[in-house]
Amino acid sequence: MSTIPAMFERTTRYLELPLNTRSRVLLFIAALLLGTTFLFPLWNMTMFAPQYPNGLRLDIYGFKFVGGNNGQDAKEINLLNHYIGMRELTAENFTEFKWIPFVIGAMALLCLRAAFIGKNSYLVDVTVLYGYFAVFSLWSFGHKLYTYGHELSPTAAVKVQPFMPPMFGYQKIANFEIYSYPAAASYAMAAAMLILLVALGWNIREVRRLSLTELRDLT
Amino acid sequence: MNHRKNVLIAAALLVSIAVIGIVAGRCAPSAPKGRRGGVGVSDLAVASQAVYVPPGDLDTYYLFASGGHSGQIYIYGIPSMRHLGTIPVFTPYPATGYGFDDDSKAMLGNMSWGDVHHPALSETNGDYDGRWLFVNEMGGRIARIDLRDFKVKQIFGPMANVSGNHASAFVTPNSDYVFGASRFSIPVAKGTVAPIEQYATVYKGIISAVKIDKATGTMSQGFQILMPPFDFDLADAGKQASDGWVFFSSYNTERATGKLETTASQRDRDYIAAVNWKAAEAALAKGAGDVIGGVKVLDPKKVPGIVYLMPCGKSPHGVDVSPDGKYIIGSGKLQGVTTAFNFEKLQTAINAKNFTGDEDGIPVVKYEAIKDAEVPVGLGPLHTQFGPDGYAYTSLFVDSAIAKWKLGTWQVVDKIPMSYSIGHLTAAEGDTVSPDGKYLVGLNKLSHGRHLSVGPSQPESSQLVDISEEKMKLLMDAFTEPEPHYAQIIKADKIKPIEVYPKEENKHPLAIWDVKDAGITRQGGKALVKVVLVRSTITPTVIEVNQGETVTIALTNIEQTTDELHGFGLLDYNFNIVVDPGETKTVTFVASKPGVFPYYCTNFCSALHQEMQGYLIVKPKA
Repeated sequence: MSTIPAMFERTTRYLELPLNTRSRVLLFIAALLLGTTFLFPLWNMTMFAPQYPNGLRLDIYGFKFVGGNNGQDAKEINLLNHYIGMRELTAENFTEFKWIPFVIGAMALLCLRAAFIGKNSYLVDVTVLYGYFAVFSLWSFGHKLYTYGHELSPTAAVKVQPFMPPMFGYQKIANFEIYSYPAAASYAMAAAMLILLVALGWNIREVRRLSLTELRDLT
Repeated sequence: MNHRKNVLIAAALLVSIAVIGIVAGRCAPSAPKGRRGGVGVSDLAVASQAVYVPPGDLDTYYLFASGGHSGQIYIYGIPSMRHLGTIPVFTPYPATGYGFDDDSKAMLGNMSWGDVHHPALSETNGDYDGRWLFVNEMGGRIARIDLRDFKVKQIFGPMANVSGNHASAFVTPNSDYVFGASRFSIPVAKGTVAPIEQYATVYKGIISAVKIDKATGTMSQGFQILMPPFDFDLADAGKQASDGWVFFSSYNTERATGKLETTASQRDRDYIAAVNWKAAEAALAKGAGDVIGGVKVLDPKKVPGIVYLMPCGKSPHGVDVSPDGKYIIGSGKLQGVTTAFNFEKLQTAINAKNFTGDEDGIPVVKYEAIKDAEVPVGLGPLHTQFGPDGYAYTSLFVDSAIAKWKLGTWQVVDKIPMSYSIGHLTAAEGDTVSPDGKYLVGLNKLSHGRHLSVGPSQPESSQLVDISEEKMKLLMDAFTEPEPHYAQIIKADKIKPIEVYPKEENKHPLAIWDVKDAGITRQGGKALVKVVLVRSTITPTVIEVNQGETVTIALTNIEQTTDELHGFGLLDYNFNIVVDPGETKTVTFVASKPGVFPYYCTNFCSALHQEMQGYLIVKPKA
């Protein structure tokens, strides 16, 4: 419809309608995908050097670090980092490990809520909140890398220029070649985002299709 | 006139003498004619390919060589023949801290060296199982090296009653026993004195059976056998057909004293003692044996059926059992043949009591009834190793060569010169039931001229030979520290060593894993310091003790990364401890000197290795 008040009324009335089955299924799948983030790492960083031809692996989950080689790599990375004054990678320094799992859980619950008892507005809520969370987490990850690479202890034995460890891709720092890429859980989260957007997209097309009178009848 | 004639005759004589002298001098050979005798040469193309292990690649076999009177074991890789490491056994070795920390010092006792002769890998079903390496030394000790971490875990002995433990270490096919026997006969128990004139009757030789615990490898004294005063030289355990028996070569069965090089070489034949250790074990279980020097000793006169003597010429050195256990090869070092005895014929002769006499009640079996052949290998045969296809390889000390011959046909098929004077030889898995063939190493006694001169003290020569084809090929000259008597070659994949002691395995009561726990405590006049070693700090960085205090320093290397060793050298107090990743070691000393003494990491560990140090402050007595 042409007028703005009409547009708002159509939107408001549409949002009051219960979700169709297609949206519910997609929301359920999104919830499952979010659940997998508790089982797989979100990000992986692998570093190679002449002295470490097999590489040092670090898997970052939403709630913990796991070093390769039975956890020994994480200890080795911390040992090497202390020479340049970098903070230790320990759970105490990562409050993210508290709120990330909490928020992901909450998101999953919201998806399930929408899937089972939801109105169209729930899908909008979940998609927007989730999008905000995703952007915020990426920013937070980048910020963490930045502070770790810039807040180096002034009493460090080896002085290096403050640096930004790689968030995505390859970077060479001193004698280390670092590869940083998203891991399984990040792909699952991206897939969940995509599914929610697709579901929302379909709903927007539907609200455009329906006329104001049809909507008045339905609500 | 006469005068002139005399002068002419004298001149002619002088000239003819000069001419004869010159001609004779020119004709006398200054060097052996023909091929440069006694020297091995290799085919460059073939040999260089065979021994080159490209950077980053690994060898395919381990060679564990005895270190002789260095008291150590040398590890080499085959085919590159690179020296990979040294395992200190009976001698302190500051490079790895052996003999300086409390535990290894206690293991060495008050002895600072040992004369290592023959290493023996543990066996299961007659094959190397890669678990342990047993090493003897002449003072009567046998050490067990654990091949999981290549460290000495136990030194057994000195054994009672045995003087000069030469015929050692030799294991039975399932590692039930490791054997030793005396080279020097003495009155037993040790400490008994008898005049040398009573050598033939009162002095005794001893064969010693040391029991091995199958699960842990721990050695304990099983039993011994009282023998006539023969000098026992080498041994080999029977396997397959001859499982349950062990054979010892001996010389000086003349029971001579004095100038042994003459008096002990008079008889044409000495003996190989065939010992039925299973029967001896059974007799022991039934209560046989007298206690001498704290050990149950079986006297063959009282316990018949456990020892028989096989005549073997002349002054037999090596005795080696073929892979199927059917033949016992005895080599008399003072003759030109190697004798192949048939085990089945030995059993027949024993059952038929086909004896020619006895020595102190031990039956001497008739030589002709038990020998299958005298193989004309060459001069001065010593030891025999085996290949997979019925081939035998005998070292020839006098000929300075190795002879290759076939069991059964007794034909010599090839000979290869060794430079120089080969003693033992070792083939890949060559004394097991399934030798690999492929490689053989000749352990030579003389190396002069084959390497850059290093002065009067010469290294030993080990020559790698390819035995995969009928004709043997010399591949490489390698040089070792003094001085491998014998060696063992085992496939590399049978050994799976750890390179880090996992934290969970460290049950040392004084181990600590956090710098917070480092520090000093005192109890009853003794100071205990717990130290953490990790890149790149020694914590604590200051240790304060009082003069005269007994101090124990417990060092834990909390690294869990391979190759991250740390050392702890305390100058002025003369010790150097090296701690492997995950290991805890202690050192105890009396702080007798007052002053400020630095301690520092001696084993290179990191970029800041030089900063890894601290001070021991010993406060003077008031």
